[in-house]
Amino acid sequence: MTDLLDARSTHLDRLEAESIQILREVVAECERPVMLYSIGKDSAVMLHLARKAFYPAPLPFPLLHVDTTWKFRDMYKLRDEVARDPAVRLHVHVNQDGLARGISPITHGSQVHTDVMKTEGLKQALDQFGFDAAFGGARRDEEKSRAKERVFSFRSAAHRWDPKRQRPELWSLYNTRKAPGESFRVFPLSNWTELDVWQYIHAQRIPVVPLYFADWRPVVERSGSLIMVDDDRLPLLPGEQPQLRRVRFRTLGCYPLTGAIESEATTVEDIILEMLAARTSERQGRLIDHDGAASMEQKKQEGYF
Amino acid sequence: MSQSTVTTTHSQLATYLAELERKDLLRFITCGSVDDGKSTLIGRLLFESQQLYDDQMDALKKDSAKVGTRGGDIDFALLVDGLAAEREQGITIDVAYRFFTTQRRKFIVADTPGHEQYTRNMATGASTADLAVILVDARKGLLVQTRRHSYIVSLLGIRRVVLAINKMDLVGYDQEVYTAITVDYQMLAERLGIESVVAIPVSAVNGDNVVSASVAMPWYTGPTLLQHLETVPVGQRETDEPFRMPVQWVNRPHQDFRGFAGTIASGAVRPGDRLRVQPSGRVSSVARIVTADGDVSLADAGCSVTLVLADEVDVSRGDVLTTHDRPLECADQFEATVIWMSEAPLLQGRQYLLKSATRTVSATVMPVKYKVNVNTLEHIPAERLELNDIGVCEIECDRAMAFAAYTQNRTLGAFILIDRLTHDTVGAGLFHFALRRSQNIHWQAIDVDRSVRAAQKRQRGCVLWLTGLSGAGKSTIANLVDRKLVAMGRHTYVLDGDNVRHGLNKDLGFTAQDRVENIRRVAEVAKLMADAGLITLVSFISPFQSERQMARELMSPGEFFEVYVDAPLAVAESRDPKGLYQKARRGDLRNFTGIDSPYEAPLAAEIRIDTTSLTPADAAEQIVDYLDRAGMLVSG
Repeated sequence: MTDLLDARSTHLDRLEAESIQILREVVAECERPVMLYSIGKDSAVMLHLARKAFYPAPLPFPLLHVDTTWKFRDMYKLRDEVARDPAVRLHVHVNQDGLARGISPITHGSQVHTDVMKTEGLKQALDQFGFDAAFGGARRDEEKSRAKERVFSFRSAAHRWDPKRQRPELWSLYNTRKAPGESFRVFPLSNWTELDVWQYIHAQRIPVVPLYFADWRPVVERSGSLIMVDDDRLPLLPGEQPQLRRVRFRTLGCYPLTGAIESEATTVEDIILEMLAARTSERQGRLIDHDGAASMEQKKQEGYF
Repeated sequence: MSQSTVTTTHSQLATYLAELERKDLLRFITCGSVDDGKSTLIGRLLFESQQLYDDQMDALKKDSAKVGTRGGDIDFALLVDGLAAEREQGITIDVAYRFFTTQRRKFIVADTPGHEQYTRNMATGASTADLAVILVDARKGLLVQTRRHSYIVSLLGIRRVVLAINKMDLVGYDQEVYTAITVDYQMLAERLGIESVVAIPVSAVNGDNVVSASVAMPWYTGPTLLQHLETVPVGQRETDEPFRMPVQWVNRPHQDFRGFAGTIASGAVRPGDRLRVQPSGRVSSVARIVTADGDVSLADAGCSVTLVLADEVDVSRGDVLTTHDRPLECADQFEATVIWMSEAPLLQGRQYLLKSATRTVSATVMPVKYKVNVNTLEHIPAERLELNDIGVCEIECDRAMAFAAYTQNRTLGAFILIDRLTHDTVGAGLFHFALRRSQNIHWQAIDVDRSVRAAQKRQRGCVLWLTGLSGAGKSTIANLVDRKLVAMGRHTYVLDGDNVRHGLNKDLGFTAQDRVENIRRVAEVAKLMADAGLITLVSFISPFQSERQMARELMSPGEFFEVYVDAPLAVAESRDPKGLYQKARRGDLRNFTGIDSPYEAPLAAEIRIDTTSLTPADAAEQIVDYLDRAGMLVSG
């Protein structure tokens, strides 16, 4: 017997205990839960917490990756490694209809691409498997409309979120009642911040995609964002020439929609120190947030995470 | 990254990061109206503790110029008001959570609106807070709303309050103003049982005493708001209390492992401790405290753990594991405070789902004793609770459960009420104590049981519940069924709506609440009759789905048959055997079902009688056939 849990009063301990409680509540009360796994750092932390919550049992739910087919190659690599763990079941879903229509962020822009490949794809997968609760790694500190979302976020049978009709959520008493067809999106990391996530990754030595660490990578600069040329699907504009720059990513989405930042941070420690001195918020690298005023709120109402 | 950091040695860096990871966490709520400058204060805290990034700052400047109220200056309130609708209307309509970190602590701020639905949202924010910051306007002093905020804060068990006396700049930074308000507030705090009050004079707009000490108020020598928030003890850990852990999930991956997962609500646990399983009362001891990082030798309040017990005792989700010699009280009837959160009022006698810790039971609100005027704290007699009302009620559950008074234990003393049909969270509650009658009245065992009585009568006691609009033909059909069964030598009784209202229920009117009570009494009587072995026909409009559901759940499975006597409103109205529809249409009869009071048609009735195509005699035939096929009538 090694440790005492008597000093468990740090912010990370409290956050961890709360997240574990949320994960267990869903498994105890919902019929077909699933964990949305997007391969990023928040998903990595959420998966780690889930392993802890149900130890020594294997994960009592599958993971679901809604694949837009435009993720960075390094992300697919980590995903496939995670899927090799015999305790993990991973479903990969691609919106085949979107794929057949050739939807891409390059030709259709970020809004259409996200709507079709991500939001529609997610709904298809949830309906197809009949999942009634889906864990997501969203945090309230990411964006203003998320700051108001419940931990157990109720969705209608059409997957819509109604910000004006959210159920009151008191203490840690979560109302998991719903009619057939209705579902929940559940956010175990609601009260975590970006800094908490990195501190936890550091403290628990959780593996993350190497793209979070600075390295020399080929990028082009487009309307102020550094876009990585991850494969030959990114058409170069006239006169555009990929340059090798020392960059890393604070957030990872589809590669043509995710801007890199110049950085020297090659370790988790470096990232935390960089963040303590940082002057831009995390979601700035996500082009889809800037599609219009209050655009995240709009997307969420339509069923986006 | 600065040059100095790069040259730091690895071990120094590790120490620094380890320190950062050891920060603790304070959750607090801010209370105040739109005009008190609450959002400005939070915006200021975020700004001054440098939690704003450049892009957020740019967006804020842009928003300030566009919709700000500070004449082009930065409007910090815009940082906090999140949803698009709120920004347009300039109001906050829900609870928002903000996060910031200083060198010493991480903070989670629940920001609730100073607007309608205030009580509901504030109670939500307060339920998870360790501390409350209550704002008052220095020019106005304590207002009705200050009393309301303080009452809700004390009700939800927050023991520490910061009284932020804001807008000191508008009273010339006058010490006397500060002192007078502070003295007033101490009196209020004592009355409400708030243990600790720290009063700080601030100007949120200018930043005085928010983060750094105000030059304009040298007479104030206490901590600034942030200094206080950084140093106040986080006192919700309840570690000195006896051990209590609601079992959340049973972890049973294979034959050789059976662990009970949960979050410790109070106290601490060590291997070897004797524990009691409640409500069953069985005792065992802790064999292991399992975590993914290895077994541990002690875990205390707030930890999410998995316990393995030494013996094979029956434990499931909803049970509570407690110190064996200091167990919780178990009861099924309680007095409780209820905060009502739904547009539809709380009705006495209606059944709701009650979720407390990890257990969900059926609960009925018996009498509402009174409601509290949240502004004056007066008790007002009441029969129902409306949206945002706070009242004291008696609650009866269908099973006994282990509980604690909310003042003793937030986790085991709190509950929510859920509507059985809409599934909305309609109320939140705090247990006070168990009602004596639930401890002292026990079921009397009777030797001649229902099966004996049923066998004697060659039938099974059951309830046929006829529901439908007035004039649909319920009583006619019930009467025919009754005659048919009696002719067959069966034993029956008819409970008719009108007849019962002449006697048992003559004290009840036709409000939604009285209708609920009307049905509850009739359902209980029908249950006794079915117990006695009678085929009981109930002929009641019974317009609400939830009351019919309640009646169904009172009976044993398979002995309740809902009969929907279906007549379209136009048809029932054209029959109008008692002339009631005419009266209702004239407005002489209020709350008449189908006219100005709703009828909720059954969704899954056992028998549906289409009165537009069946004669009453056909209908009676159909019902008797059904009873026969369902095995209620024993032949021979």
